[in-house]
Amino acid sequence: MKQFLSFLKKEFYHIFRDLRTTIIMIVIPVVLVVLFGYAISTEIKSSGLVVLDHGHDLLTQRITDRLISNEYFDFYKQAADYEEIDRLFRKDKIKIAVVFPTGFAENVGNGSEVQLLVDASSPNEATSLIEYATAIINTELSEGALQTTGGITPVVRLLYNPQMKDAYNFVPGVMGMILILICSIMTSVGIVREKEYGSMEVLLVSPLKPIYIILAKAAPYLLISLVNILTILLLSYFLLEVPIRGSLMLVIMLSLLYALVALCLGLFVSTVVSTQKGAMLICAMVLMLPVILLSGMMFPIENMPWILQLISNVIPARWYIVALRDVMIKGLGVLDILPEITILFAMVVGLIVLSVKRFKIRLE
Amino acid sequence: MNSIEVRNIAKSYGDITAVRDVSLRIRSGELFGLIGPDGAGKTTLFRILTTLLLADKGDAKVCGMDVRKDWQEIRRISGYMPGRFSLYQDLSVEENLQFFATVFKTKIEDNYELIRDIYVQLEPFAKRRAGKLSGGMKQKLALCCALIHRPRVLFLDEPTTGVDPVSRKEFWDILFRIKEQGITILVSTPYMDEASRCDRIALMRDGVCLRMDTPDAICASFPHKLWSVCATDMYRLLLDIRSFEGTYSCHAFGDQHHVIFKDEAQDTAMLMAYLVSKGHREIQIKPLQPAVEDVFMNYREDEL
Repeated sequence: MKQFLSFLKKEFYHIFRDLRTTIIMIVIPVVLVVLFGYAISTEIKSSGLVVLDHGHDLLTQRITDRLISNEYFDFYKQAADYEEIDRLFRKDKIKIAVVFPTGFAENVGNGSEVQLLVDASSPNEATSLIEYATAIINTELSEGALQTTGGITPVVRLLYNPQMKDAYNFVPGVMGMILILICSIMTSVGIVREKEYGSMEVLLVSPLKPIYIILAKAAPYLLISLVNILTILLLSYFLLEVPIRGSLMLVIMLSLLYALVALCLGLFVSTVVSTQKGAMLICAMVLMLPVILLSGMMFPIENMPWILQLISNVIPARWYIVALRDVMIKGLGVLDILPEITILFAMVVGLIVLSVKRFKIRLE
Repeated sequence: MNSIEVRNIAKSYGDITAVRDVSLRIRSGELFGLIGPDGAGKTTLFRILTTLLLADKGDAKVCGMDVRKDWQEIRRISGYMPGRFSLYQDLSVEENLQFFATVFKTKIEDNYELIRDIYVQLEPFAKRRAGKLSGGMKQKLALCCALIHRPRVLFLDEPTTGVDPVSRKEFWDILFRIKEQGITILVSTPYMDEASRCDRIALMRDGVCLRMDTPDAICASFPHKLWSVCATDMYRLLLDIRSFEGTYSCHAFGDQHHVIFKDEAQDTAMLMAYLVSKGHREIQIKPLQPAVEDVFMNYREDEL
């Protein structure tokens, strides 16, 4: 035990004397969260809008008001004709134009049409704009219809994330990415560095047990990941206003479990490679990319070809992100995420056994 | 009683044979030197003895324990200082020593008297990071760390390589005092002049042990008469001696050339006359006692 503690102390010296790396480790999560929160956003806000109203009646006026008051659109002006709309599109003043035909109100209910003109040079944005505009127009029409004829209209309610905020999705994703990044890279580099500098040679020729070396290397980074988990949670709660509906304790414990998986991955990588560069490359390419691409953080797993779906099963982040969303956004309890916890736990055990087995008690 | 026994050890890395066939017997309490140039297989032999590598062939025992089977036990009783400085550069002198003491389940105080002589010199720098020490100081610290658990056998792989001459001499003085404490020391070096400070030495080259004996016996076994020659223009002298028909070999050794004649009975007068005819001045030819390096160079000569 004394051996272990002394080793642990040494690891902390290494970490705190390499101040630059430590600061990067603490700052990266903050930068990523802020970046994802503000810069990289697929939400539409304040897109330029013009309305060309040939109908000139109460209904078109009400729809226009509703469009204008929405935060997605920024009302530019009432256009006089199609030429003006065209000109405004070219000048990049507007992203969407809504055209009401003459006699729009009279024909509601029997084939009246609204024309939406959208700048589709950015297809994703265009799709979102059409969806938003259509939704707003339909709402107005159905409310009007309810008052007059009392027909059937679907009432849509978005559960858990009524404002469709991106942050709800990416906070768990960023968490999954950061923890893999920091834990696996730092642990594997930490161990491989001893190999590269030759100190591993001296450690091996000592009565130190391999499991001590491995655990002492991993422990400090678990602590740093706890710091990261807390910063991300604080930032997302106060800055991005992502709620933590489930138990905070459960969120933290779950994240620590995931950090443990990442640490073990790092340990495993360190038994495979023998240079720091190699360790970093493997962690970045083999561990990071799948987290981004296959974990369901960016692209829904259900839409992937079956082979990729199969691969995504072995990616820890996939299970973690699902479980974290369940707890944070949906407010589910520990029993509901038991399958995910079990899988992550099994990964930890498997990787530790594998690392200790592969840990070489000799050189070469 | 033999402290280290090596029998027909061989080890290769892929196509490269590092150790071909080496057998050694090192007695308890001996200061034993492995002498040989880079690539002789010294480091590989060290790693096999410290249980860091498994030999392809042959077997070895350290304090009666097999390097293959009893590796855990051997790691407990041996001190190892690798050729490259392998302590933690970002830890201070004190922290390094403290760390290795606990790793070997001991305290600095317990064996302080063993390292006192060395540590006294390091003490003024106790708070300094190991990476900021001079080459000689680094080696002393590494030696302290290897000694801190009072090992029964000490393995030092080229401890004086890259260290200035004064520090080298100091280092060997330290080794002498450690030996007096009853610790067996196996040390390797590429410097032939250090060989004379060992109790016994083994000459190694290309993974083979050429000779094993005391330095004196090895020098006495030198089969030729050796002459030292110098003159004003040493470089031209070397070429001219080599072109002299009676010369068997001639090597530059610092400020003189060591010469062996083909015919042992050969008189130096002929060489003298030849060199004078070549225009050399202040020529001196003296008989010489062979040193380890002469023996070593001679092996090469005999094989060619």
